[in-house]
Amino acid sequence: MSNKLEFDRPINELEVKINELKIFSEEKEISLDKEIEVLEERLNRLKREIYENLNPWQKTQIARYVERPSTMDYIKYIFQDFIELHGDREFGDDKAMVGGLAFLNKSPVTLIGHRKGKGIKENVLRNFGMPHPEGYRKVLRLMRQAEKFKRPIISFIDTPGAFPGIGAEERGQGRAIAENLMALSCLKTPIVVVICGEGGSGGALALSVGDRICMLEHAVYSVISPEGCASILWKDSNRAEDAASVLKITAQDLLEFGIIDVIIPEPLGGAHRDYQCTAENIKDVIMNQLKELDKVPVDELIKNRYNKFRKIGEFLEQGK
Amino acid sequence: MLRDFFKKAKSSKYAVLDIPGRAVSPKDEEMIKCGECGEVIYCKEGDLEKHYKVCKKCNYPLKLTAMERLSLILDAGSFVEYDSKMESKNPLNFPEYEDKLVAARESTGLKEAVVTGEGTIENIPLVIGVMDQFFISASMGSVVGEKITRALETAVEKKLPIIIFSASGGARMQEGLLSLMQMAKTSAAVAKLNSSGQLFISVLTNPTTGGVTASFASLGDIIIAEPQALIGFAGPRVIEQTIRQKLPTGFQRAEFQLQHGMVDMIVERKDLRRTLSRLLLMHKRV
Repeated sequence: MSNKLEFDRPINELEVKINELKIFSEEKEISLDKEIEVLEERLNRLKREIYENLNPWQKTQIARYVERPSTMDYIKYIFQDFIELHGDREFGDDKAMVGGLAFLNKSPVTLIGHRKGKGIKENVLRNFGMPHPEGYRKVLRLMRQAEKFKRPIISFIDTPGAFPGIGAEERGQGRAIAENLMALSCLKTPIVVVICGEGGSGGALALSVGDRICMLEHAVYSVISPEGCASILWKDSNRAEDAASVLKITAQDLLEFGIIDVIIPEPLGGAHRDYQCTAENIKDVIMNQLKELDKVPVDELIKNRYNKFRKIGEFLEQGK
Repeated sequence: MLRDFFKKAKSSKYAVLDIPGRAVSPKDEEMIKCGECGEVIYCKEGDLEKHYKVCKKCNYPLKLTAMERLSLILDAGSFVEYDSKMESKNPLNFPEYEDKLVAARESTGLKEAVVTGEGTIENIPLVIGVMDQFFISASMGSVVGEKITRALETAVEKKLPIIIFSASGGARMQEGLLSLMQMAKTSAAVAKLNSSGQLFISVLTNPTTGGVTASFASLGDIIIAEPQALIGFAGPRVIEQTIRQKLPTGFQRAEFQLQHGMVDMIVERKDLRRTLSRLLLMHKRV
């Protein structure tokens, strides 16, 4: 099985071809500029064709793609002097979650996020980005510190979900998530959430209660994985593609439902083609949001955050 | 007995709304089979108070409808329902969701998977919420989240304690992320309640899982579980599939949760009303 994205293959092939031509022209000192220009134009057209028409299942695959930049990449590209802080002071240090301090243009911020691995080996270490209760308790500890020192919190979301396992249940996975939801709802410091990859259910939500919910153009955020939904709905996990489209998990859908506030554009052809550019786009949005939130008095901030989540939900009320 | 519950309502000091709802659980009528040991139990109408729908052989508490639960817990005739008209929409146009809702409404006589309102226990007024598993496994969608949130907010406004009986399969998939957000909404409402100083007792009944466990149900000042109730975040089947091993007996049951420090106590159904009234009395504001 190839690690590459199936629908991305034509773009990939063309990219390889252009690269070969460039190398060839350099080596042989023959000018192929015209040919390369034509191919590059075709490449851009192709990227636009494919990436402007992605279906929700393709977006899910992009969001999970191993070459997609992850929390650690964004930390590296966006912030300076990152210092990681470990442990929940109760049980252990969850490697599926990262937290720490850094500068964002000279102002200190608290960073928290899920941490997936790049290869199989690192992914086993990171438990594929699926936290245990101690992970949620670690970030809760760091968030409370952010409140104490009046630092804003930036949260990066990229997880298949909270880990379903024996130890996780023994140590209160449900309670750990619930406590984060409750604490975040009234934490007295600005919180900007960036859903950069996979927003997997409660395990993602536990870090996603904030003043601004921003989402990368091709990220997804869902109550259940498309595979899980398909196996419940049609008893067939192979129908994940259909499930992905009924679940409304894309940034574009969620903006329409008023669940997220901002869509962060990705470079043409997806975040995995240009880490730097993606990181800059995210940085711009974070800076703008923080600038706005900075002006809001803390009481109002908490009130607005409460109302933001309070109003989500669609129902009918007869006679009213 | 249930009939009395509604009849006596008229003489109550509370105005009582006409609550649509069957007196017996939709599936069992007179005979039910114990889900644990297979014993057949006879449950004639009016017998609820005698056996509490607990298996005589193995003591397993069988599922109760919201109305049965209310009648076992509250003073007769004291219940006033909130938001009785609130109904779910199909915001995602999710396939077969509307049919599912219609079927659930018909079989339970309820509008949605939670009944909220206020009543009294031994004359102590309180806000109460009861989830009904016969309604789409009491999964939490927009309506459940909204009604729980309003109940919590009402407890703050009226300075009343609140008791919520949870039982849930988790977030309601058919409402997509809107249901996930109900976890954030209800948890924020508990935070509000906490800062107002009102008591929240969370009673976990069989089964309480997923998004409900990972939100308000785990946030009570006092958490009570019914004996043998399955309580957890991930369902046992999902865990088995993920870790590819069989789960130990008693895993995620109430007794397991007590042992791991996740609940304050396990209370048998016959003692529940008494326990709740004592707790309420101890938190009564003078």
